[in-house]
Amino acid sequence: MSDAAAISETLRAPLTYNEDVVRKFVVAGMFWALVAFLVGVYIAAELAWPEANLGLSYVNFGRLRPVHTSAAIFAFGGSVLIGTSFYVVQRTCRARLFGGEALADFVFWGYQFFIVMVALSYLMGYTQGLEYAEPEWHLDLWLTLIWVIYAVIFIGTLLKREEPHIYVANWFYLAFILTVAVLHLVNNAAVPISMYSAKSYAAYGGVQSALIQWWYGHNAVGFLLTAGFLGMMYYFIPKQADRPIYSYRLSVVHFWSFVFMYIWAGPHHLHYTSLPDWTQTLGMVFSLMLWMPSWGGMINGLMTLSGAWDKLRTDPALRFSVTAVGFYGMATFEGPVLSIRDVNALAHYTDWIVGHVHSGTLGWNAFMSFGAIYYLVPVLWKRSGLYSARLVAWHYWISTLGIVLYISSLWVAGIMQGLMWRAYDAFGFLQYSFVESVSAVHPYYVIRWLGGMMFFVGALIMVYNLVMTVRSPSTRRAVTGYPVGAIAAGE
Amino acid sequence: MFRHEWIEKNAILLLVLTLLTISVGGIVEIIPLFTIETTIERVVGMRPYTPLELMGRNLYIREGCYTCHSQQIRALKDEVERYGHFSLAAESMYDHPFQWGSKRIGPDLARVGGKYSSDWHYAHLVNPQELVPESLMPKYGFMATTPLDFDHIDKHLRANRIVGVPYTDDQIAHAKDDLLAQANAQMDADALMKRYPKAVVVPGNDRAPTELDALVAYLQMLGTLVDFSNTSPEKLQQ
Repeated sequence: MSDAAAISETLRAPLTYNEDVVRKFVVAGMFWALVAFLVGVYIAAELAWPEANLGLSYVNFGRLRPVHTSAAIFAFGGSVLIGTSFYVVQRTCRARLFGGEALADFVFWGYQFFIVMVALSYLMGYTQGLEYAEPEWHLDLWLTLIWVIYAVIFIGTLLKREEPHIYVANWFYLAFILTVAVLHLVNNAAVPISMYSAKSYAAYGGVQSALIQWWYGHNAVGFLLTAGFLGMMYYFIPKQADRPIYSYRLSVVHFWSFVFMYIWAGPHHLHYTSLPDWTQTLGMVFSLMLWMPSWGGMINGLMTLSGAWDKLRTDPALRFSVTAVGFYGMATFEGPVLSIRDVNALAHYTDWIVGHVHSGTLGWNAFMSFGAIYYLVPVLWKRSGLYSARLVAWHYWISTLGIVLYISSLWVAGIMQGLMWRAYDAFGFLQYSFVESVSAVHPYYVIRWLGGMMFFVGALIMVYNLVMTVRSPSTRRAVTGYPVGAIAAGE
Repeated sequence: MFRHEWIEKNAILLLVLTLLTISVGGIVEIIPLFTIETTIERVVGMRPYTPLELMGRNLYIREGCYTCHSQQIRALKDEVERYGHFSLAAESMYDHPFQWGSKRIGPDLARVGGKYSSDWHYAHLVNPQELVPESLMPKYGFMATTPLDFDHIDKHLRANRIVGVPYTDDQIAHAKDDLLAQANAQMDADALMKRYPKAVVVPGNDRAPTELDALVAYLQMLGTLVDFSNTSPEKLQQ
């Protein structure tokens, strides 16, 4: 390539992308990650040492737990998803974001405002009492507005693309955006007691309320924490590994089977309850079948590395992405197993479920996000590379060890709770009182707290590394032969 | 012949097909729950919450009690022996939203009503560790000193009626009286008991009702309404 061609390439391609909003979402995502992990560590401490509740309404477990889950899923996960989707859709469509800077910025600030208001409202006790759908009706309406604009930007960008094909990552991002919108609208239907009050009553009651909530809850996992993150996987792993996706056909098959089957799986949260049996059975059958499309995604992600596995030695950020896919495979195997009614009879209501969720959220979602952010920061801030690969490696090992402590301690705790609750003594009486099962899990709650703490420390190392990447002179890009003007224009 | 390429090159087609694909499961599973009549068993005894119970339930939600306590006894031998008759769909039919929960850091509460005295509940909520040393439960002493905010109690009942809870005009008109009658043992509760059978009058303290009064009234009602002498396995078939 001649110099002139190289310059025109530099001028042409990156000139049109809105990277500013992506940078904002990356910063916000890292900030909320720290908040989510810190609150998580704190409420884990409350379970290990109940004095930590301090008798204060604002920091009681019941009010802080939704702060933790919403900060992790919607603030950290959501910011990373919206940010990366804006990055990916522009590059894979070769088109600047639809709607201009102002609209994208509105989504950013509107979404951050939503998160802050949600966290404050939980602390003050405003909640709908639906897991992962706690925000009250006025905040739900605000999120609806933001989400519609987000969808307009994303779909608008797809429509004005210059690439003939819509890249597979965008299918998953699109499915995530659409499904979250549908779930949000249906599950949050409510009647406020007055226009001036935050309090509302849900449109559905009892068993219908339960099924709609778990249809929502399970698919928040399925489409926000899975489809959206598969979108990330389909862009960042090929980029980091510098390889094309392993199988195009597999991505087609697993995409459609994934979006079709996931929606059915919600009732496995309600086995042996007053939900009719036929619904429970449907939920279980589809949960079991879901194993296949899930592993289709895992295989496609992992096999993309064939011929490039050596990169794991030299690129610790890629290690995060690949380990994430490994955890994804593990969690999506454990999930179908837990959805089997007889297994669920033991595991439901216990800490096994909490451990299962965290092998997905910490191992898959957080690691995938870390991998993408380590990749993005040098690109977005125009640095030559990360400040320290050693620190990434430290982050990797501390976090991985933290996850292992977290999930293995809760496996033990959960299975122990399940067995103690159903144990009978020689005379045919229940062997243990409930509170004996509470005392028995104390050591495992301490280990879980320690695992969470390590994960938090790992994230602190990451933030330090990223700040230094942006600030340190050592990561400045080497001067190239291009004219100064061309580089500036390329920004 | 069909080619996937068509979908990949047409964003609107991709959007429409995705929406259709994700709709099927929800439609098949959710809509029949509203149309199949046996989904909610026909039982004797269910009634809407008293105004005080309703306020107590709102506090239960506000404090996030559902993050540690379930209200759903599964149809399993050990659960039925530990907590009582398995939960019926009918028992949560007036719950907007449901509070079945998903985790038992503490025990199930679906039938906690009447299991302990109201005095026990007051003492336990203020300082759980005093009564159950191993308990992980936070202290809710602040609720004992916070007056209950019930200015808009009639609006609460009306909103419930809009979403399908059969509150009568009479119940809405007397909401405030009924609330006060249940929160103070000194007061005459006959009218309350007529409108809401099996309501448990809490001791109260002669002053304005506190948040704790409402919460205890709610807890004391949980799982007590259905007349199980009037049911049979066939009647409970969904």
